[in-house]
Amino acid sequence: MISDPSMSLSPHTASSASMPELDEDELLHVSLGPQHPSTHGVFRMNVALDGETVVSLKPVFGYLHRNHEKIAEGVTYLSSMPFTDRLDYICPLTNNWAYAQAVEKLAGIEVPERAEYIRIITAELTRLINHTAFVGFFLGDMGAWGSALMYAFREREKILDLFEDLTGARMMSNYMRFGGCRNDLPDGWAARASVLVNEFPRFLDELENLITGNEILIARTQNIGALPKEVLINGGITGPMLRAAGVAYDIRKAEPYGIYDRFKFRIPLGAVGDCYDRLMIRLLELRESLSILRQALDQLPEGAYIHPKAKIRNFKPPVGEAYARIESPKGELGFYLISDGSAQPFRYRIRPPSLINLTLLEDMCLGLDLADVVLILGSVDIVLGEVDR
Amino acid sequence: MTPDLPAILARLRVALPAATLTHLRNPGPSGQDSLLVAPDHLGAVCQFLHDTAELDFDLLSNVTGIDWPEPAQADAVAVPVEGTTPAACGFLEVVYHLYSTALRVGPLVLRARTVDRVNQVHIPSVVAVYRSAELQEREIFDLYGVEFIGHPDLRRILMWDEFLDHPMRKDYVAPDDYQYEPTPHDAVLEKAQQHYTV
Repeated sequence: MISDPSMSLSPHTASSASMPELDEDELLHVSLGPQHPSTHGVFRMNVALDGETVVSLKPVFGYLHRNHEKIAEGVTYLSSMPFTDRLDYICPLTNNWAYAQAVEKLAGIEVPERAEYIRIITAELTRLINHTAFVGFFLGDMGAWGSALMYAFREREKILDLFEDLTGARMMSNYMRFGGCRNDLPDGWAARASVLVNEFPRFLDELENLITGNEILIARTQNIGALPKEVLINGGITGPMLRAAGVAYDIRKAEPYGIYDRFKFRIPLGAVGDCYDRLMIRLLELRESLSILRQALDQLPEGAYIHPKAKIRNFKPPVGEAYARIESPKGELGFYLISDGSAQPFRYRIRPPSLINLTLLEDMCLGLDLADVVLILGSVDIVLGEVDR
Repeated sequence: MTPDLPAILARLRVALPAATLTHLRNPGPSGQDSLLVAPDHLGAVCQFLHDTAELDFDLLSNVTGIDWPEPAQADAVAVPVEGTTPAACGFLEVVYHLYSTALRVGPLVLRARTVDRVNQVHIPSVVAVYRSAELQEREIFDLYGVEFIGHPDLRRILMWDEFLDHPMRKDYVAPDDYQYEPTPHDAVLEKAQQHYTV
């Protein structure tokens, strides 16, 4: 059921006017979550159903709120770096980079070339693990239990082994510093990464073979959850959800950060913007990430992994503010920092793509079945650590 | 590409002559200057920036709440280019980061300030122009206490509904009847014992 393309942009776009008038008694109110295997974490949706059809859907947030932003005001800038790992905990290295970039913009710190290459290599490897895990979880939402997930995790573990060698931890890396990275690549790491990058397409072929032509997948994911492009942009949707609808907006191309402008890669776009497109977009983005990785590993120069004058102790950025954003695997991840000249930030704000991508959740689910709600939520690709911070 | 703030300001002054707009300079290296908009004209300014084809700011990327107990600190971070009268008392501020996806321009930084931090904390909601503000304005209401006039569903989002006070404010005092240390001692033990002894 494709959503009505003439939806207005008013805040009441959730067109309850087109729903049949029903008494409250005739509706079934279901609280999906917060403990639920398909809500991708502690996320709750209060759904009102007329039979199987969704009449209203109100998300409830805050079950993983850890007041990260307030804590950051009381500790130094560098002390917040391990906390950024725990935001979008599937992609710690991109969170680290986004925060490091914001502080570098705030303080005017330059990053040496080798560090920029290392950052791009780790960011694209992170994109690989995120999209691979997404495919696994999405198929789990669809009822494939853990089978697809185990295929995905088998490949993810290989990349996590690389991260463990590099940063000391599989996931909570705490790797980026203001002016570069915490340590240099270990001996042989780049060679092992190249081996992995060269073997990854075979896994992708295997995965696509198993899922792309699958009848059940096609029947369940096509034509649900699509919204017009203008509604998506107006709703602040960014990332693969936006590109699945056909909007060619990728921050790596629109506002290149790091040294992304040195690499040749394409931006896959979807046609309809339904859940099927969102899944396929991510598979195509995996291939583009592999292309970037091959180029980056080939061109990796020697040099410093951190700016020689990078200040670790008593780091006090000048008075001012900065907003910096990156294309994280979930969407536009931004950090807005205000410095009052002291060692602690005056204001530390995270622009969470997972939360803002949920703005239009009700609009996408209205009039569809409850089973579709689970898939639509899965296709948004949220991580509660980022939604609630 | 960073927007040309003086040019945009000139356009706004022509289109909305009644609006109070101030160019604020960012003293830090990032070069992201901002535009202070009086709350009454915030909706009109956003509508103009959204609708004008040459500007085409269609993506409201980030809405941030800030608590300034000391107005002088706010002026140090965002310095008025032309002289303005400094605020009389502390205020709450909402900062908007706008982008144009088609023209690849941004961030355009808008700021709106409340009158004070006590009871005149209203700012018009921009949800009618940018739907992406819906959840973010709820968060600022929840954590700072700014009331957004015209928001379709203004209620707490991260804290539970019955929660009192606004946690992100600088003068927020956390209640002392929570247990964060399994074996309390010294000052924490004293505070905890006040709750145990009847």
